[in-house]
Amino acid sequence: MDDLRKKAKELLESKQAGVVIGYGNGTGDRVRAIFAQSPADADKLVFDDRCLQNLTVYLSKSEVRKIGKPAVVVTLPGLRTILQLASEKQVAENDIIVLGISPEGALLDLPGFKAITDYVASANLDYTDAEMRNLDEVLKLSLDERFQFWNDELSRCIKCYACRQACSLCYCSRCTVECNQPQWIAVPSHDLGDFEWHVMRAMHLAGRCVNCGDCARACPVDIPINLINHLLAQVTFDSFGLRSGTSPEADYALSTFRPDDKEDFIR
Amino acid sequence: MDTNKKLLKSQSLKDLLGKLTQSGKTVYAPKRKGDQVDFQPITSSEELAQNYVQTVQSPKSAVFPRVEELFRFRNNSDGVKLTERDVKTLPDMVLFGVRPCDAAGLQPLRAIFTWDYQDALFKSRMEKVTVISLACQSADEYCFCTSVGLSPGDPTGSDILLTKLSSGDFLAEIVTDQGKSLADSMTELFLPAPADAKPATLADVPIKFNHEELSKKLASLFDRTEVWVGQSLRCLGCGACAFVCPACACFDIQDEGTTHDGVRLRCWDSCGCSLFTLHTSGHNPREVQSQRWRQRVMHKFSYMPERLNVFGCVGCGRCSRACPVDMNLKEHLTAVMEVKA
Amino acid sequence: MSDANVYLPYLMRIDNITDEAPGVKTFKLAFQNPAEAEEFDFKAGQFGEYSLFGEGESTFCIASSPTRKGYIECTFRQAGRVTNALANLEIGDTIGFRGPYGNIFPIEDWKGKSLLFIAGGIALPPMRCLIWNCLDLRDWFKDVSIIYGAKTVADLVYKHELDEWSKRPDVKLITTVDPGGETPDWKGDIGFVPTVLDKVAPSSKDTIAIVCGPPIMIKFTFPVLTKLGFEPDVVYTTLENRMKCGIGKCGRCNVGKYFVCKDGPVFTYSLLKELPPEY
Repeated sequence: MDDLRKKAKELLESKQAGVVIGYGNGTGDRVRAIFAQSPADADKLVFDDRCLQNLTVYLSKSEVRKIGKPAVVVTLPGLRTILQLASEKQVAENDIIVLGISPEGALLDLPGFKAITDYVASANLDYTDAEMRNLDEVLKLSLDERFQFWNDELSRCIKCYACRQACSLCYCSRCTVECNQPQWIAVPSHDLGDFEWHVMRAMHLAGRCVNCGDCARACPVDIPINLINHLLAQVTFDSFGLRSGTSPEADYALSTFRPDDKEDFIR
Repeated sequence: MDTNKKLLKSQSLKDLLGKLTQSGKTVYAPKRKGDQVDFQPITSSEELAQNYVQTVQSPKSAVFPRVEELFRFRNNSDGVKLTERDVKTLPDMVLFGVRPCDAAGLQPLRAIFTWDYQDALFKSRMEKVTVISLACQSADEYCFCTSVGLSPGDPTGSDILLTKLSSGDFLAEIVTDQGKSLADSMTELFLPAPADAKPATLADVPIKFNHEELSKKLASLFDRTEVWVGQSLRCLGCGACAFVCPACACFDIQDEGTTHDGVRLRCWDSCGCSLFTLHTSGHNPREVQSQRWRQRVMHKFSYMPERLNVFGCVGCGRCSRACPVDMNLKEHLTAVMEVKA
Repeated sequence: MSDANVYLPYLMRIDNITDEAPGVKTFKLAFQNPAEAEEFDFKAGQFGEYSLFGEGESTFCIASSPTRKGYIECTFRQAGRVTNALANLEIGDTIGFRGPYGNIFPIEDWKGKSLLFIAGGIALPPMRCLIWNCLDLRDWFKDVSIIYGAKTVADLVYKHELDEWSKRPDVKLITTVDPGGETPDWKGDIGFVPTVLDKVAPSSKDTIAIVCGPPIMIKFTFPVLTKLGFEPDVVYTTLENRMKCGIGKCGRCNVGKYFVCKDGPVFTYSLLKELPPEY
């Protein structure tokens, strides 16, 4: 934490960064995103195991960018997000400063995308045992039971889009659900509208989700919505050998075609 | 407010709920599911949640559902035919165990839906709802009802207000005629209250600001962009706060089906969403989040009091609890009071 | 229509369609229910929510004058889902109409005064209702002048009516197109509306000015009117904002504490100056 504060102060004092996006203490024992713009603000930065929110979501927010060049505090999912955003041409290397934090809480020296790529390559991207247990709980159900499970969970969905807004990879300025010519996805929060929304979003994130868990944490009614993304991430890896956020130049599996692809329908 | 005090013995709760259910009314009450407590239909007092401060969502769906049919349309060789809802088929409901803040939350909704044009669906639902609230014995750091002119034992909006006594029984204050007819129909459950009935201690919710002064102050803060930007930098622009709020009533109107056979629906919407005010031309009067955050605060604490004589907030704290990024409304409003001129 | 459901539209039959300009049409609408036609009344300035069932609703002013009973007219430009779908309808088709909503031009207060109408492009429709209303009550007013401009000759709407107005001895009509928008046989003015207004320099004595146009035109017209001596409380305009319910409930169209659907769409320049930039 001291190293982080020291680095943040240095970046702000030297004006290398206009804003440091990190965590600060919030209500009760919560942490919240803070936007340090002065060395005094930097003293409010904290880092501990409460710090889970993927702060890269703020890189696509115009009012944050307007402050100045951002330095963002990130852990592994955030580092993967940066590489994924880079591969999607949403962020350039010189646009941001990365304050990576290791699982042990140490400040990492990651001066550019190559360093981040190497770091991510050395990290374990498999799901943790706890995550596998959650996924297995659903996978062991029969298809009918699984449909029932999701019907039950999604019956609470109020279409508040907290899941979408919290997700760093949902950065479209006009989401598919906001298109009305045609209205691809029903707007109201009835059963069909809820299902269509979540299925569509899951497909748009297939192979892009970086497993940060923010969607499930953001959901006000506790729907474990990240499980759907986790499953699709697994399927995409099994089918295409690609994991999201591993390179700033990776092609997106679901929108790239190569002559030597094994599917022959396109020939 | 003229109230009539009765005694509801703790063992009568079971019978009360039984009678309400049997009379054909749907009883909505806080029920626990995992870590969360939320309003669900219940049939027995055993389902009532215990040991919680507040439900995740408000009970507003009883009078302002998430999705509501306005009318059906059919267009065939006979021409266009519109079919309205039959309000007689709307269910009779009892909102049981709501907090006083939630009962009061029906007032801003009523103010909006009866402003000049009378929203018949809303009014019909309101007529069919009986509110039996439960005074609060505990609060948390998000509650601020006392800063908006309410309190943990305020009867505003309730038909009957129950307060737990130190004996474990309930003091039942009969607040409205609707509450009176209910109590009178069950005199074996609503007994005369003993003169020395001693309520258990109600929750302590320290006052953080004066809502009338807040309203006055806000009128001069529209152009203080730095205040609104500073407060809303972390806001993600989702609709969680608006949807869990008992007083938020913004909605969208959507047609579904085909031009020949379909339905016009009303559904919840949020002023926090980026495209809420987007013109078809592409122009958006509130194109950044700070403008949308300002709208939320001004609407609830400045415009509504001025135009409709009611505040758009009851201090329930749900918005702040549900917010994924800890936008704590009590904290933001307190900060507004401290903004230097 | 039932009193009970404020969201239930009148059923209207399209009796006539006029192609005003590229992408701009006028519908003449008759109430399917004659009793409703008989009862219906509105005042200049008011708007309605016009619907195509299955697509949605769109907000347009009522472009015909309230002095002409039994029908209403609306003029719209194809821009989004509903207007594009409306543009595909034919005479005899049915649409919905909810209204009249909003506040009104206070014509009664203008008796004995001169009127100066200034409009640009697709913003002539709300004015057209008002102009005809005033011309149908012509002897209430002293001089009546109209300055109307569009980007090109093709973009001028209500061409037939412009012709009618130009032939009336009791109306002074000046039409203009933006520089470069003229055709070889164009006989009107050439110049942006605010520029032409400045050149014509109508008298502000006992005159009410009503301005409707795209935001950029309004922005440059108000200073000219001020220069000519018009006080802000005799200058009127209309505002547009994103709407859904049209009756002050959905929370969308407010500009500060004012709702365009209830406190507008008609605003005086003096009130407009107080409004925050939220439209």
